[in-house]
Amino acid sequence: MSTDTTPPPVRESHARTWEGTGWGFAAKLVLMAAVNALGIYVAWSAWTVDQWGVLVGSLALVVVADVVYFSRRRLAGKYIYPGLVFLLVFQVFTMAYTVYVATTNYGTGHNSTQEQAVDALLIQNERPVEDAPTYPLTIVRSGEDVGFAVVDESGQVLVGTAAEPMEAAAGATTDGDRVTGVPGYDVVDLGTLLADPALQEEVLALRVPASQDADDGSYRTREGTRATVYSSSLDWDPDAQTMTDSTTGTVYSADGETGQFVAADGSTLTVGWRVGVGLENFTTAFTNPNYAGPFWKITAWTFAFAFLTVASSFLLGLAIALLFDDKRLRGRRVMRTLFILPYAFPAFLSALLWQGMLNANPDYGIVNSLFFFGARIEWLTDPWLAKLAILGVNLWLTFPYFFLVCTGAMQSLPNELEEAARIDGASRWRHFRAIQLPLLLISTTPLLIASFAFNFNNFVIVYMLTGGGPRFTDTSAPLGHTDILITMIYQISGVQGGSADYGLASALSIIVFLVVGAVSAFAFRRTRKLEEVL
Amino acid sequence: MTATTDSPVVTPDASRRGARRRRWWLEVGWKYPLAAVVVFYAAFPLAYVLSASLSPSGTLTGSTQLFREISAQNFSALGDTRFWQWAGNSLVIALSVVVGAVLMGAAAAYAFSRFRFTGRRVSLTSLLVVQMFPQMLAFIAIFLLLLTLGEVVPALGLNSKLALICVYLGGALGSNTFLMYGFFNTVPRELDEAAKIDGATHAQTYWTIILRLVTPILATVALLTFVATFGDFILARVVLTSEQNWTLAVGMYGWVSDQLNANWGLFAAGAVIAALPILALFLFLQKYIVGGLTSGSVKG
Repeated sequence: MSTDTTPPPVRESHARTWEGTGWGFAAKLVLMAAVNALGIYVAWSAWTVDQWGVLVGSLALVVVADVVYFSRRRLAGKYIYPGLVFLLVFQVFTMAYTVYVATTNYGTGHNSTQEQAVDALLIQNERPVEDAPTYPLTIVRSGEDVGFAVVDESGQVLVGTAAEPMEAAAGATTDGDRVTGVPGYDVVDLGTLLADPALQEEVLALRVPASQDADDGSYRTREGTRATVYSSSLDWDPDAQTMTDSTTGTVYSADGETGQFVAADGSTLTVGWRVGVGLENFTTAFTNPNYAGPFWKITAWTFAFAFLTVASSFLLGLAIALLFDDKRLRGRRVMRTLFILPYAFPAFLSALLWQGMLNANPDYGIVNSLFFFGARIEWLTDPWLAKLAILGVNLWLTFPYFFLVCTGAMQSLPNELEEAARIDGASRWRHFRAIQLPLLLISTTPLLIASFAFNFNNFVIVYMLTGGGPRFTDTSAPLGHTDILITMIYQISGVQGGSADYGLASALSIIVFLVVGAVSAFAFRRTRKLEEVL
Repeated sequence: MTATTDSPVVTPDASRRGARRRRWWLEVGWKYPLAAVVVFYAAFPLAYVLSASLSPSGTLTGSTQLFREISAQNFSALGDTRFWQWAGNSLVIALSVVVGAVLMGAAAAYAFSRFRFTGRRVSLTSLLVVQMFPQMLAFIAIFLLLLTLGEVVPALGLNSKLALICVYLGGALGSNTFLMYGFFNTVPRELDEAAKIDGATHAQTYWTIILRLVTPILATVALLTFVATFGDFILARVVLTSEQNWTLAVGMYGWVSDQLNANWGLFAAGAVIAALPILALFLFLQKYIVGGLTSGSVKG
């Protein structure tokens, strides 16, 4: 990726050849060997679990690493590559993947491919076959695999695991009605099973196919001592792409548009699969009555929150910086140290602390009892007061940052400007307005824009202070008056359990990115103009 | 505070001294009470949490008298919780990310600042764009990516601290390169050239000359990265699923959100312990932070 125009180094790098005490070369060889080994290990394991994307990705990264580090040129590449790998995998790829997910219906009920959905449906709808006999069961193990061994009606011993259907086992021993030994398997006695909860779960989830034919059903157990044959109430017809419920006779046919099995009466089966839905997720946010109303309110509040936070904390920080940047004041260093305490306190702790100080129960809360004479002010449960609380707490958290920044910027302004202004007879205010502020803005505007972008996605303060509450009453979505877009995305994504809609959440992520990007780009343009004017 | 101004001329004239004093009050003196107000505003919540951590009654809601009772009960009670384990996790994760992010960011900034290669401008611009997409927004894709990676290499799957570290390192280049790039540009190139003439290789120049000169920005980036990683909630919450792997942010959120009043004493004690090292670092390094933020930020 690089063709350097810098002249080649006068001496060979220590990392190229072994000369004298050149440990650089040895270190490089060891590192590159480790990188190659790691890459090939990842590629190999990806091969064994059929993850082709990971396989190709890891091989490509290793090859590029070898080219970059063993080539004589590509100096810049040598310095950029390590960071670039992480950037590509964990940021650029995830951005691209977000775009992909946003165009699918990925989420609860639409987790995988159609094939896997069919399997899941068949398993979920398994019922004990009517009048099916129960067999005395013995749990057996073969290495990591757990299996079942039963004695059937004719006294024959059958053994199987999840991967291998039941088969007659030659040379098995029984004590009459229960298997005591099978060649090639270890018998797990009941005591061991009862003592091992993980094994119990495995046994309860285990289905051993009765034969190669899926229609014959499978052996399952409910308590580990008896097995029954289960068979699915659904029949899958791969040619017609239909599922037939054998108990009711309803026919569900696969709908490639929505990724679900749909019956004639419109009812659907619980498990669907992932299909592309185009831009549907992007419109859902605006049209679905559950989201549309809250979405606009939340968007407006997100802008207001980010703007007001930046404006208020910049103004306060600037004012304090101006007032206390006075050479006649003593103890300025001590003051500065005390002023920036909130900034140095981790933000998540501050938000949680303020949550306690403001308190959801207005009878408690130090702020009410100390500063408002015990008045019942519902800081966190009234929609407007909750917004005010968030802005107030964020002002407390952020003003020290701008105080620091403005102090630093002012100290780097040349003193002569002030003298010149004074000689020309400018008032202090005029001096500030016409000289100090414009110069300050040049160096602080990038930080103001960055701060806006940061606060636009300031998850911690909202989530930890109010949790987005108080809740909206006109929607069933788990959203509230103080939610900003990022907390809204988090709530509806369902990564914390509950019903998940990865598609919709990803679509919203992209919208947020576009908004922040546009605002930043616009603001940076304006700054550059400002700079040219001066 | 005595009322002397910068000219230490002793004049017995009482009226002139009074006028001078009035002027001092008008221009300088009133700032001291104001400073007291600002300090109170900034420090009150912190004094309050310190007081709550020392109060044996353990509620943050009842008492309005600070430091009325003092006991170390809450601090010793932390030993019965997973607090120290979470603190250990937070430290391990944050320190690993700091080391990785500083090394990778500095190397990239050096390359952008010193080498002229094809695609340099494009790469810089793309970095600027990528940086605007915070990883936090991609948490769903990260969650799904780790699900897949976990199938291949379990150590990089969900609920792995290593995976979380890698995720954070993914954001290292975007957020830090510009801050460092600006600073690297302020180091005179003549130094590199002199070193080259003396026969130094590019690696020697980088490790022994440049890195020593940019220590202030390294310290700034290290501190900011540490604080950001230490305080991250959303990615840690999504990636680390089992309680023994949680970080402080995830764990302590649980204390406060689950049982509102029951764990405030513990929370306060934990907050004091978690915040003190960072507070100390910040106050110790504040002049580097100011310098780093303003000189490193790319203007325009």
